[in-house]
Amino acid sequence: MATVAAVVASTHHPFYYRASTATGEDRPPFADEWVAKIEAFRETLTVSRPDVLLMVGSDHFHQLWLDNMPQFLVGKAPFYDANFYNEEREFGLPRMFLQGQEDLSAYLLREGMDAGFDLAFSNELRIDHSITCPLITLRPQADLPIVPIYTNIFAPPLPQPRRFVELGKTIRQLVEAWPSGERVAIIGTGHLSLELGGPRQFGPHGPDPEFDRKAIEWIASGNLESALAEVSLESLWLPGNATHGFMDFMLMMGVAGENAKADHVDSLDLFHTMEAYFTWHPKEGRAL
Amino acid sequence: MSKYLLNKFLYTVDRDPDLVERYRHDPRGTVEWWEAERANVVLNLPESERSTWLRFTDAERDALSSHDYVRLFELGSHNFLLLTLFIALFERDYDEPLAFQREFAARLRHWTLPYPDIST
Repeated sequence: MATVAAVVASTHHPFYYRASTATGEDRPPFADEWVAKIEAFRETLTVSRPDVLLMVGSDHFHQLWLDNMPQFLVGKAPFYDANFYNEEREFGLPRMFLQGQEDLSAYLLREGMDAGFDLAFSNELRIDHSITCPLITLRPQADLPIVPIYTNIFAPPLPQPRRFVELGKTIRQLVEAWPSGERVAIIGTGHLSLELGGPRQFGPHGPDPEFDRKAIEWIASGNLESALAEVSLESLWLPGNATHGFMDFMLMMGVAGENAKADHVDSLDLFHTMEAYFTWHPKEGRAL
Repeated sequence: MSKYLLNKFLYTVDRDPDLVERYRHDPRGTVEWWEAERANVVLNLPESERSTWLRFTDAERDALSSHDYVRLFELGSHNFLLLTLFIALFERDYDEPLAFQREFAARLRHWTLPYPDIST
């Protein structure tokens, strides 16, 4: 059976690439601290020696549109081109080209549907920054095959938070039961409190530092019970109008498991959002 | 109310560099052309299989034609699409990084929760 080499969850700040590569006057004052935190985070994936990356993110209205919007979608393609013109324009992100792993995609689709998730699929998917940002931070050489899973956290009606958690738990079970000798890292990115296109955007901190503090505590301690008790589709508007991306963190809490304490926890209070980084090393997945 | 169509305009302009420039320089003409020629094109279908029923309300057409992002927010256009396109249109006119984004926020300051419904 496959091994879950690592479970990794983080925010996906699209400005990291530009900040970390800027030099001289263009380099922002927070760049060095940010890079140091990312390099420590990256090491947690490197030591887990993954063979394949299962990556959970959300298409930001790039390929997926309101005339045909899936709630949960698994990419099943031999290759994925990545990043879009408007991400080059706004964030300076590079175009990327990634290898897929179709046997794992096919397995997750079949078994996921049989486990009660009517998953959509795509045989030609262009990946956006919700997945390329964690590649840039965690595996910048982008040398491993990926299986992308997209969730709808943008276009109401959205699935309930509990459904994200259940999908995460199912993904974990399915990967552990995958008849393969490969080491799979499960990586997902979401948001803490975040406002985009609203009156609370781009302030000196994230729009709701108290939510961020609580959310980091829930994730770090695997406290699904509290997260599920306090978070609803309605409540997520309160910390910021883009905070529904927190449900991808809840999905990753489902992957990590009930009350699973993260082995690596870090955060960085940036000018308009709280960055946060978590890694769990499943016992059986330890590198040594 | 045709929030879907508002979003379709923001989405299809934002992904096309030539249309971004055209909309920046000629908002009224671009909106008129787009509503006549593009509004009913289904994005994953041949153009001949177009829809027949999509049109803006007068308020939506006016807001788009005047680059009035406050009004577009109030009409329930999707916050992410709205921000992304308007950054592309106007960020270049400001000297300081994020100055446009902060002005965008300030002009919406009179809004508290609940914000306009973005459901389509």
